[in-house]
Order: sequence, then structure tokens, then C-alpha cells
Amino acid sequence: MILGFVEWEAGEPLETSLQMLTLARDVADQTGTSLAAVAFGEEGAAVADHLGEYGVERVHHVADDRLTPYAPAAWGQALADLLEDHRPEAVLAPGTDRCQEVLAHVGATCDLPMAADCTAVEAGDAYEVTRHRWGGSLVEHARLEASTKLLSTAVHEVPIEPADVPTDPTVHTVEPTVDAEDLRVQVDRREESDVEGVPLGEARVVVGGGRGVGGPEDFDQLEELADLLDGALGSSRAAVNEGWRPHDDQIGLTGTKITPDIYIACGISGAVQHWVGCKGADTVLAINTDPEAAIMQKGEYAVVGDLHEIVPELNEALREREG
Amino acid sequence: MDVLTCIKRVPDTGSKIVLTEDRQSIDASNLGFTMSPHEECAIEAAVQLVEAHGGTARVLTLGPPAADEQLRTGLAMTADEATLLETDGAEWGPRATANAIADAVRAAEEEFDLLLFGNESADAANYQVGIRVAERLGLPVVAGIKSLEVEDGTAIAGREVSGGEEIYEVDLPAVVTVKEGINEPRYASMRAKMSARRQEVDRREPDAESGPGTFEKLRLEAPSDEDSAAEVLGEGPEAVPRIIEVLEEEVEVV
Ligand SMILES: Cc1cc2nc3c(=O)[nH]c(=O)nc-3n(C[C@H](O)[C@H](O)[C@H](O)COP(=O)(O)OP(=O)(O)OC[C@H]3O[C@@H](n4cnc5c(N)ncnc54)[C@H](O)[C@@H]3O)c2cc1C
Repeated sequence: MILGFVEWEAGEPLETSLQMLTLARDVADQTGTSLAAVAFGEEGAAVADHLGEYGVERVHHVADDRLTPYAPAAWGQALADLLEDHRPEAVLAPGTDRCQEVLAHVGATCDLPMAADCTAVEAGDAYEVTRHRWGGSLVEHARLEASTKLLSTAVHEVPIEPADVPTDPTVHTVEPTVDAEDLRVQVDRREESDVEGVPLGEARVVVGGGRGVGGPEDFDQLEELADLLDGALGSSRAAVNEGWRPHDDQIGLTGTKITPDIYIACGISGAVQHWVGCKGADTVLAINTDPEAAIMQKGEYAVVGDLHEIVPELNEALREREG
Repeated sequence: MDVLTCIKRVPDTGSKIVLTEDRQSIDASNLGFTMSPHEECAIEAAVQLVEAHGGTARVLTLGPPAADEQLRTGLAMTADEATLLETDGAEWGPRATANAIADAVRAAEEEFDLLLFGNESADAANYQVGIRVAERLGLPVVAGIKSLEVEDGTAIAGREVSGGEEIYEVDLPAVVTVKEGINEPRYASMRAKMSARRQEVDRREPDAESGPGTFEKLRLEAPSDEDSAAEVLGEGPEAVPRIIEVLEEEVEVV
């Protein structure tokens, strides 16, 4: 059996979990075994209704109240119990903060190796996995061999595909063996953020500024452009380090990964650590004085010139159109 | 309170990654080295906590002799002590690394109240070393933290989630892995850099112990830049009508 760790919201599986299940089904097909899923929490059973489409045959529902709210070590213990009872060939989890964390707990408690951010698997006795390094600017081929292989999938890398033959999954309730020690870390409370506007990670249009913007005031022009396009403002790490923008605005390896329809990058060179954060954009349009800058090659469109001349003119033209 | 911060030396890659001929690592012959921003923030968090509560801040890395450079960056940021778990430069997997660090923590004279890590290393990004160290030491661990305070022996740690923050409260001793944005790391003064250069670094030889199963690198691959030929829309403000055309017709956002 191949076991996939499914996260959900409002009773529906998250997109990142469906991406993971698509890879998990591929591994199950390659090894001629069945595909099962595990889901935590109240609505975990309802999620099963959505998983037949992806070829899941069994859903293990962890329905222990002590595990709500989220408690990483306890969730890891629940998975470790499933490993012990069912000895799956592999456990796959989406590469989200939570799943990555829970899987690492399983790796530690069961003393198993774990491969993070995988995009493909060639399954034999050992698995040859393809995985991301440097946020995806480098690819690693690695060999993973263990009684149960633990893998997380890189998010937004495996396109979601339903199964050829849908299934009708059975639901099995799991009672995990968690103790007080597993519950030392548990979400205590939630605080809402007071940031207004479209969150960077969800915006359809993102306008980014880098060192080439030259100072904090000059970001006003970019903010105006973002507003005119109902988008969000982002920045490079250089602009954050200069103190021109808060870290919340940072796009890249150690910032936010964006997936807009268009990313307009102004005065940004396109270092690999920035690029991995914006390559999820459908279209990248770069404005830069240096035609040789990496971002001017990697994106779809390039405009050569000074952003301080181009952006105000662009804003003016957009304002006129709005009239 | 005594705080240990674990960091990793990585090449400071620029706009293009070049691999060595055997495709086992990044060709760093023309590159400088650095540590991940997550870890720089972890050091900053450590020295701030020590400033507020007293005690010592120690930085530790497992790496080649040259990783001394990153430890001295930590010392220049006013950490008090440094430990190098010295390797021959070969890459260590996440499990062996975690085991060696946990064993070094056990062997240390200090009883650390807090162990800080980056959430994931910049290069290999295995997302597990801090958690494995915690499990091996029987300590609680909170990962991916963007705000951290310590009050009366309890760590109050916040993790960013869509629309807000989840707050955890954990009794010390504990392990916390942090993300960039938790604070703004200080720039070391010239004087701090000079005195960091003279400080003693505690060097030890780690044991490579990994456990059952294997996870080993076969080779690396630098993905070719997809068709790297952007269409040039024009030069200067004259390009504005073409930009609008793209926004309107292609991306349909205006
Ligand atoms: C481990 C690690 C993690 C990192 N994580 C991130 C990350 O998450 N996000 C990130 O962004 N970076 C990250 N970095 C930093 C990254 O390597 C680069 O240093 C950074 O992205 C550079 O920012 P920049 O493009 O704004 O600045 P620069 O590289 O200095 O580029 C400025 C650009 O502006 C152009 N320019 C100058 N003046 C003008 C003008 N008037 N009009 C138009 N163009 C102009 C220049 O031609 C140049 O191309 C990380 C680095 C490391 C080592």
C-alpha cells in the first residue's frame, strides 16, 4: 500500500494534496499496489467522498479530539501507528509547512530516511527520486531505500490528474496511541493579521521592486501600478535588506512564492533565489536598465530602460484608460 | 539562558548555478560562501534572547574546516562561543547531520535552554534536521517560526498561516526552527568582526551514524533555462503602449 497524507479545508482536499495523490497513484501503479489516504480531524471522513476520483481505495480517518487543534508530534505519532499496523511501502505528503513537519517527525520516531520536495519517482526495490534543491533552481536525483519510504512532493509541480478508474473508498477510523509528551506542542491560539489588500501569494498581478528602485519613496510608483492593476506589491531581498520594504513583501526562496497571471519585475536582477519565488507566474515582464540581467532572459517580456521613467508613464496611461 | 544556534555553510549562488564536472556539487570556485537567511535570523534571535535574559549564545555548524568563516559571522553578530563539527567536506545527509548535532548537544558542558535552527537549509532543503535533533534529545520542537518570545521558561512562538498566525506555547528546554522575517539580523561592526577573528573555535570530530535505510545523492542537474529568450517590448517609455497591449490582450488584467 502507498499512503498519502491529505490535508483539507471545509471538507475538501487541498490542491497540494491532490498533486501529491497524483504522484502517489503513479507510485502505486508502478509497484502494483493499492493507494490509501490518511486525513485528520472532524471532516476527515467527508474528504473521502472526494478521493475516489483520484483512485484512493481506503481512507484512514484519525478522529481523536486530542489531536485538534494541530499538534505536529502527535500527528506524526498517529502516522507512525499506521506504519506499524499496515507497513506501507511509501508515505507521501504534500510539501506544505505542516506535512513537511509531520513527515519529519515520522522519520525521526521510526528512524527512517525522508526525501523532501520530490517531483518524480522511479519505483523499484529502491526508489530513484527527483527532488528540488535551492527551491527548485537545482534538481537532485537521489536513491531512497527503506522499509517504508517517506517522501514529500514539491508544491505546484505535479499537475493534478484524476484516476482512469475511479474508486469508492472505504473509511477506517484510527485511534492513535498519543501520550502527553506528543502533545507538548499544539496550536494554542490563532491571531488574525491586520494586513489589508490582496495577499502576495494569492494575487493575480504582482509588481515587484528591487535594488534598482533606489529608495523607499520610489516604491510609491510601483505601489500605484499595483493598485491600478488590482495587484499586490512585492520586492527582492535586496530591497528588504536596504530597509525599503518589510520582509512580508519578499519574493523568493526565503520569502513568498507567487503564482500570479503576470509578475512585473522592476529593477530586479533575477538571482536564482529570487527566480524560484516568481517562476510560478504565468508571465514575467521585466523592466531593467541592463538588457543582460538574468531576469531579462528568463522571463517572457523585457523592457530595457529606467523604471523611474517607464513606470510613471505606464501609470499615467493606465489612469487615462480608466478615465 | 543558554542558546545554541545551528547553521550551515552554503555557496552564495548568483544568477546561474554551474555544476562540477562529476555533477555532485555546485562549482563554487568563483563563488563566495554564506549561510541561509533563516539561520542568520536564528542567530539574531539567539543574541537578542541572551541580551534580554542573560546567559550565552553558542553557534554550531557541521561542515568543512572553511565553515569556520560562517561561525565567525555568528561571533561577529555577538554570539559568545562557536563549535565546529569538522568534516572532510563530503556532504552529510540530514539524518547523520542531526544525529551528530544531537550527540554534540549531549556531550556539551552547557545545558541549553533553547536550540535554534533554520527551517530548512538553503541548498539541500531537507526540512528535517531540527526536528530529528529534537526527537533524539526528547525535546519538544516547533518548526517554521516567525515570531518568538521567552517568558518565565516558556517559549511563545508564532507560525505564519494564511490570514494570520498560529501561536504555540512550549516549556523550555525546546527546539525552534525559524524563518527569515522573524527579525532583522544586525550588521556586524568592524570591531566585532575583528574580535570575532581572534576568538577560539571549539573543534570536534563528529561520528557519522545514520541508521537503517539510505537516502543518497546520485547526481545533480541544473534545469536549463526554459527557452531563455524574452521578447523585448522596447526601450524606455516608448514601450508603454506595448506593455499595455500585453496586459490587455495576453494577460487580460486590464
Ligand atoms: C540563501 C539565500 C537566500 C536568498 N533568498 C532570497 C529571496 O528569498 N528573495 C530574493 O529576492 N533574494 C534572495 N537572496 C538574494 C539574491 O541572491 C540577490 O542578492 C537578490 O535577489 C538581489 O536583489 P535585486 O535583484 O533587487 O538586486 P541586484 O541584484 O542588485 O539587482 C538590481 C537590478 O536593478 C537594475 N537597475 C538598477 N537601476 C535601475 C533603474 N533605474 N531602472 C531599472 N533597473 C535598474 C540593475 O540593472 C540590476 O539588474 C538570497 C540569497 C541567498 C544566498
